[in-house]
Amino acid sequence: MNATDPYAGERLLLSPFHPRQQAYNLRDAWGAWNGYKFADHYYDAEYEYFCIRNQCGTYDICPMQKYEIRGRDAAAMLNRMVTRDVSRIGIDRVAYTVWCTDEGRVIDDGTIFRLAEDRFMLNCGSPCTAWLRQSAYGFADVEVRDVSDSLAGLSLQGPTSCAVLKRMGLTGIEQAKPFEIRHFPFAGTTLRVSRTGFTGDLGYELWIAREQALELWDALYAAGADYGIQPYGEAATNMARLEAGFIMPFMDFTEAFKTVRFEHDQTPFELGLGWLVDFDMPHFSGRAALLEERRRGPAWTLARLDIEGNWPADGSIVYDSEACRKDIGYVTSAMWSPAVKANIALAMLRSEHLRGPIWVEIYKSKDLRPYRRMARASLRKGPFWAPPRARQTPPSDH
Amino acid sequence: MQRYDAIIIGAGHNGLVCAARLARAGRRVLVLEAADQPGGLAARHEFHPGFRACPAHTAAHFSARIATDLGLSGGALPTAPRLVGLASDGAHVVVENGAVTGVGAEDADAFRELDALLDRFAATLEPFWGRTIPRIGGPRLADKLPFAQLGFALRRLGRERLHEFLRIAALPARDLLDERFEHPLLKATLGWDGLVGSRMAPRSPNGAVLAMLYRRGRQAWAPSKLIDALVATATSAGAELRTGTRVTRVLVEGAADGIAATGVELADGEQLRADSVVSSADPQTTFLRLVGVRHLDVGFTNRIRRLRAGGLVAKLHLALAEAPRFTGLDSPAGRLLTAPTMDAIEFAFDDAKYGGVAAQPVLEVAVPSLDDASLAPAGQHVLSAHVMYVPHALEGGWTDAARDAIAERAIDVLERHAPGLRRSIVAREFLAPPDIEARHGVAGGHWHHGDFAMDQLLMMRPTYDAAQYRTPLPGLWLCGAGCHPAGDLTGLAGDNAARELLR
Repeated sequence: MNATDPYAGERLLLSPFHPRQQAYNLRDAWGAWNGYKFADHYYDAEYEYFCIRNQCGTYDICPMQKYEIRGRDAAAMLNRMVTRDVSRIGIDRVAYTVWCTDEGRVIDDGTIFRLAEDRFMLNCGSPCTAWLRQSAYGFADVEVRDVSDSLAGLSLQGPTSCAVLKRMGLTGIEQAKPFEIRHFPFAGTTLRVSRTGFTGDLGYELWIAREQALELWDALYAAGADYGIQPYGEAATNMARLEAGFIMPFMDFTEAFKTVRFEHDQTPFELGLGWLVDFDMPHFSGRAALLEERRRGPAWTLARLDIEGNWPADGSIVYDSEACRKDIGYVTSAMWSPAVKANIALAMLRSEHLRGPIWVEIYKSKDLRPYRRMARASLRKGPFWAPPRARQTPPSDH
Repeated sequence: MQRYDAIIIGAGHNGLVCAARLARAGRRVLVLEAADQPGGLAARHEFHPGFRACPAHTAAHFSARIATDLGLSGGALPTAPRLVGLASDGAHVVVENGAVTGVGAEDADAFRELDALLDRFAATLEPFWGRTIPRIGGPRLADKLPFAQLGFALRRLGRERLHEFLRIAALPARDLLDERFEHPLLKATLGWDGLVGSRMAPRSPNGAVLAMLYRRGRQAWAPSKLIDALVATATSAGAELRTGTRVTRVLVEGAADGIAATGVELADGEQLRADSVVSSADPQTTFLRLVGVRHLDVGFTNRIRRLRAGGLVAKLHLALAEAPRFTGLDSPAGRLLTAPTMDAIEFAFDDAKYGGVAAQPVLEVAVPSLDDASLAPAGQHVLSAHVMYVPHALEGGWTDAARDAIAERAIDVLERHAPGLRRSIVAREFLAPPDIEARHGVAGGHWHHGDFAMDQLLMMRPTYDAAQYRTPLPGLWLCGAGCHPAGDLTGLAGDNAARELLR
């Protein structure tokens, strides 16, 4: 208890990087994520977006939920919980996955780091303690530990990110392939670097004990000074991830346990994540339901749309015709994409209408007056934007 | 290697009914029983040379339809055992053959009225205990039919009785009885069958009234004779019974379409294969111990884990040199209750909720050797008492001293109603819920493999995805008291399961 602040328990937590990030946050544009004070943007969202597309930027992932799962049964426990075959993740490798209810509905998505034969780290956007505990029940040797507050994470994304890490002295980091983990001695402890991120570009995530967070920040910003390093917030992340075709909880889907109406949740197939479901595994939670879903075909499909014109289609309803005869879905995320030079969107469409015409009803306000436009949209396959450098090893220095 | 169509885990009465039905349909059936005697909670156990007892001391409501179908012979009793509310001064209340004695005329009339009403309700529900209740929201007409039929059956009660049924269905036993009766002992006696075996007392809303309706009618047996008859009919139909054979796990193997139960492994490591593995063990034992969580979905596992299956009944078995003589009672026949008031039951429950045992536990007493002379040497008797409420997790833990103390309290209660009984005790056995759990392999030592409660009944027993006897693990079936309809020696769960297996 803080005697001088009667609201101490209600205040947002501060990230270990906060002292530095606060200095950058010229607009005081703070939001919150998992109870942490969190920047929506620091100066200007578009400026930050261009930093991560042209130079590099850092994004605070301390509020992300991080769980260490260890023990002889850790792999078996995770294998039953998630839809991918965890036994096929090599040591020091990362895999993106989802986990589902028994009914095959997505609870959350996240990444699994395999740190040793019997040691994993699971990262996800929302607290997952209850489901992890339920999933661990009945396994003799598995321990689930929430390390969200003790492990600091900083995402470094953009074309110059590898060069900055090399300048910082992380020798050999350029040899790390996508989804690979490397360890480096740093400030008397170990710095974990994974070649992962949420921007679709070249990028890394840096993991270190909370106590060494500021030392890491300072070393990184000293090394990055000539490479245009700049913190970016939620708004820029949201632009970058949409171009990459990544989905965001509470924008493109609602976590299964958090829908108000139970049928408003989604299956991996509906979210275009069917490739994460490994039916070669004889059993995992939700397998029977997902097998049935695959056989039947998903009722909905999260489609990537290229929409004519340049009016962003946020919140639009999607129709089968310009005359709006039948509504066939809704836009979940939309933007004018500077990198692709296109009006892009993710939209949840009824699968049976994917082959027919797609029209988006867009409203745009000009000086408070709403204007309406019906815009034709076409389906895009694959990510809107996927530069070769994102997968190149070693990456060029730019 | 011999391959079976079905391996049934557990030779309790439901396992035996299921085995008999499958064997009579031509299936090759093997029944595996860990104990040396078949019968599950109705298996006789010699607790003193020449004296045998089992946890279930009456079988008052076995399905007459199943008995007829299976040609059971050798022992249905002519009438259900009477229910006696013992008063220490001998002013007992006796409920027998649809009438009550020992109470005033108004209470006697009210009893006849309530008894007729409950009979009518029970008759309405009876067909539904004996059939599979489909899961709600199923796509097929067959999934909706039983609900429509139930609705129609209830509608046929007539408007007034339908309203009364809906009004009282979830009522605490106490509210129902206080509305209609004056005599405290009568109320305590009539409420008993709504509560016994579950985590409920007279003031608990939930399934008490439904339990009273479930425990009506059908056919009464001596449990020992019922088990003998079921073993005889199952084995003569070709089912193979192996006692003293403990199943340690259900074999689960990957199949083209996922995993499936393919057989069982025994304590000595022997593996036996079958197309269907049918467990009459309780759901927690079946899924959490014998199958293992890694073969089950997370949500399903969590629902099984959460089942309320902590037993609250201890057993006291007394070997008596002579028949007990209860003050003011002609014979010790029937089920004798030592609960003077509903409050006495409630207070005993209150103690147990917090890990304690009441200074004066309430008992249901029977003398099974009256109906089956083979249970005791000639002229001597076995007294069996259900002791309520005794928590599975006793505060301070279960020690021999704790067992002795509770047994002494129960004997004190008995002595008050049957002076001199203590002197005639040759030997005694006290089984706390953990002892019942260990001896009979039933989680929590719970008689009914889970409380008889509204959230654990019908298509929710033991939980959806396993309430139609089929389980999420292909090849694995349930046939025990943890399934619809529930516990007690009715045979209905085993019979329903067999019908599903034979579909």
